[in-house]
Amino acid sequence: MKVELEADKCVASGQCVLAAMDVFDQDDDGIAILLDEQPAAEHLDGVREAVAICPAAAIRLVDQ
Amino acid sequence: MADILTDPAPEAPDAVPEFPMPRESRCPFDPPPALKDLQAQAPLTKVRLWDGSEPWLVTRYAEQRALLGDARVSADTDSPGYPTKASPDAGEGKLSFIMMDDPEHARLRRMVTAPFAVKKVEALRPAVQRIVDGLIDDMLAGPSPVDLVDVFALPIPSLVICELLGVPYEEHDFFQEHTKTMVRTTATPEERGKASRDVAGYLAGLLGKRLAEPKDDLLSSIAGRIAAGELTHQQATEMGLLLLIAGHETTANMIALGTLALLQNPGQLALLRETDDPEFVAGAVEELLRYLHITHLGRRRAVTEDIEIGGQVIKAGEGVIMVNEIGNRDPEVFADPDRLDLTRDARRHVAFGFGVHQCLGQPLARMELQVVYGTLYKRIPTLKPAAPLQDVRFKSDAFIYGVHALPVSW
Ligand code: SF4
Repeated sequence: MKVELEADKCVASGQCVLAAMDVFDQDDDGIAILLDEQPAAEHLDGVREAVAICPAAAIRLVDQ
Repeated sequence: MADILTDPAPEAPDAVPEFPMPRESRCPFDPPPALKDLQAQAPLTKVRLWDGSEPWLVTRYAEQRALLGDARVSADTDSPGYPTKASPDAGEGKLSFIMMDDPEHARLRRMVTAPFAVKKVEALRPAVQRIVDGLIDDMLAGPSPVDLVDVFALPIPSLVICELLGVPYEEHDFFQEHTKTMVRTTATPEERGKASRDVAGYLAGLLGKRLAEPKDDLLSSIAGRIAAGELTHQQATEMGLLLLIAGHETTANMIALGTLALLQNPGQLALLRETDDPEFVAGAVEELLRYLHITHLGRRRAVTEDIEIGGQVIKAGEGVIMVNEIGNRDPEVFADPDRLDLTRDARRHVAFGFGVHQCLGQPLARMELQVVYGTLYKRIPTLKPAAPLQDVRFKSDAFIYGVHALPVSW
């Protein structure tokens, strides 16, 4: 599974960071950054939550 | 022709329900029963507003999220069909970027996102804890009973936003008094107007000072945008005012109404009082945000292109209202939605809205509420209402729902 982030769409809500701290962070302006494109299985639930709550639909989890 | 005049069609205007609907006195925390009926019937229905216009009311969670996240849905109050405010009172003008669409909305919003990043907000937690502890110390040293709204719920967001914007400590009192008047529903329109002009003047002056001599605060970074030619002084002042107002009523009402809801649910209150687990407190905050629907009159938008959704076609130029209080009680998403259950996973609620306009200050609001709910009931374990529930006056017709006052003793 691979995480994709469209930073252009991000509105800096920080929800992804709250849902999956090991996978997402924010830059100096609050815009999301991806720390880990291929997170380990134990982080996937958090990533799924981030996908579901990101208000800007900026995050996707894709099968490889 | 004569028939039409004497026999009104069965679906004459009377069939369209009015919005907002009256609440039932039975449970002040529940949405109006008529709203729940509408939700059970259909995801969207037409409603009539005070001015006779008939926008769509979107009652179900999935459709609310879809429309709030749709670029064909405009937040610009000047867009044709934008639903007018719930009451005829002369409301404020455009409140900076929350009433604009992209790309201008995104340009302005990104200028102020930095301090709301999760880690920056975390860095403020000790300061917020100091503010909350200080207010509780004052409460315990003062008389009992006391109005919790006045001595605790309203000062918190006021002091926190001072901290964030960089309002000098000596000027807290001026600032807090004026912001209190700005959001007090019992103040006259003249009093409110004067208070907000005074605060705007004050902010404009402070921006001028930071322009000359920047510090490490949000007003200095906004002032930097003026220097860079990205904002006019006027736009910068509007932005400062938006940041100031947006967090006030909402957070204050979450504190007071949340406390009242917990006092009415002692079993749930005990869970909060007895835990030392910050994750539990964070989850409890999400559940209270889901359950309490402070922004009960919904998110208003205008549709700029025809959209087919929920078995309806919304036409370009029609208005939509997403009532999140009922979205957060959608049984398709939250089991047994009318029960306050601090142990449930409520993170998917739409209390902060959804889409590009989702509340910018939410990490700050969450942190403030976590500190408050995690501290108040532990430090004053005997906290109890000092008036019967039927004497508490709720802000049913105000734009933000809550209580006018909450007398408590301990
Ligand atoms: S949840 Fe979405 S909008 Fe919010 S910071 Fe993460 S990517 Fe950006």
